[in-house]
Amino acid sequence: MNPLWALFQVLVFPGFGFTFAFAMVFAWIDRKVTARVQWRVGPPFLQPLYDFIKLLGKEVIVPAGGARFLFLLAPLFGLAAVTLASALVWQANIWPTSGFVGDLIVVIYLLTIPSLSVILGGFASNNRVASLGASREMKMILSYELPLILALIVPIINAGGSIRLGEMLQGQSAVSHVSGILAFIVAIICMQAKLGLVPFDAAEAETEVMSGPFVEYSGAPLAVLKLMRSMMLFVMPVFLVTVFWGGITAGEGILGVILGCLKIVLLLVIVIVMRNTNPRVRIDQAVGFFWGPWVTGVAALAVALALLRNVIWV
Amino acid sequence: MGLKLKALCKSPWLFHINTGACNNCDIELVDALTPRFDVERLGVLLVGTIRHADALVVTGGVTQQAAPRLRRLYEQTPKPRLVIACGSCACTKGIFHDGYHMVGPVDEIVPVDIYIPGCPPKPEAIIDALAKLLKKVAKIHHEG
Ligand code: SF4
Repeated sequence: MNPLWALFQVLVFPGFGFTFAFAMVFAWIDRKVTARVQWRVGPPFLQPLYDFIKLLGKEVIVPAGGARFLFLLAPLFGLAAVTLASALVWQANIWPTSGFVGDLIVVIYLLTIPSLSVILGGFASNNRVASLGASREMKMILSYELPLILALIVPIINAGGSIRLGEMLQGQSAVSHVSGILAFIVAIICMQAKLGLVPFDAAEAETEVMSGPFVEYSGAPLAVLKLMRSMMLFVMPVFLVTVFWGGITAGEGILGVILGCLKIVLLLVIVIVMRNTNPRVRIDQAVGFFWGPWVTGVAALAVALALLRNVIWV
Repeated sequence: MGLKLKALCKSPWLFHINTGACNNCDIELVDALTPRFDVERLGVLLVGTIRHADALVVTGGVTQQAAPRLRRLYEQTPKPRLVIACGSCACTKGIFHDGYHMVGPVDEIVPVDIYIPGCPPKPEAIIDALAKLLKKVAKIHHEG
């Protein structure tokens, strides 16, 4: 591949520029729908952009005794990882043949890095509340990664053992089978935890630990962290649609694209509604929930069903 | 600088400090942030930590205990920062004027950008003050 073209893909489309624009739109949709649920008008369309620019222009304070280098660098790690994950997922959607074997696994790893960067930043800021939030975030990762990976195994089995996103897209009809549907539901619940939204936002609960790992961040690093979170809000639904639900461009021509966008918006709305209608669970409740029969159990069941259908019967 | 200042005027995040109020001003401030008034239309959010704040909303005359803490909180706020004195106590010490424990109104401890009189001020008055303050900031930038 031409290196300039690769650079363009990472920086503009479908990498950073594209993801940035849609992250802003998705953050706005999130806030606007939340406002409508609470029976108010909500912020103007450009509000996330204003917030971002304002934070860029503010003073950056590094707390005394904090690990300066890590504190400032951690948000950038996370941002780079989401950007790359978005580029890979969109690439698989637009040019299904262009991926490489195992890009699914790369994307899974890349989507874990934002949480890790939040943890690193929290511990580097030499603040008790931030450390508490970071340790909660760590427990959160431990709890949702297991069912998420189990759920992701199901479409791999259904696609005939392929771990290339492009091949999975072409060969899949994941939600047409009951195992795919079960795995999809589990993945949606895990997505909520991965995005750090209510009911699984114990790590940054405003009323308990005052935004947790973000507590010492100000100015540009905070802007990057917020951007990272908004980008996750965009990338996670796209990723799930790609893996479980036939991707963005599954159908033919323009109709397929519209259908794909509707799928993403549907996932986003599910996330927002879940976030607005649930109370926050404690961290021990969250771990118990994810490791209990209703999430990990269902995911294991889905894997068993998929194996039955694809390996034993065929 | 122009774009940054415009963005600041579009998304002022508030941090609330009680330096010795009778709690009535605090209730009114929280009331101003409820869905009924919906200040998120103006981009206003209440934040839980001083590092994220753009404007400090101080309620109550400053007591001996609160004065050094208010000073520290002000210094911890990332620049550019604004201070709003909310309520008669914060503006002039109000009914606690002759209290033995009073250090002074807020503007003797930290520079204040706008005063909201009233005991307590109505939510409408708080929102009005916020709008005026933002207009003032935009105008300062315009002239200089
Ligand atoms: S101004 Fe009035 S309502 Fe506000 S803190 Fe003072 S006494 Fe209480």
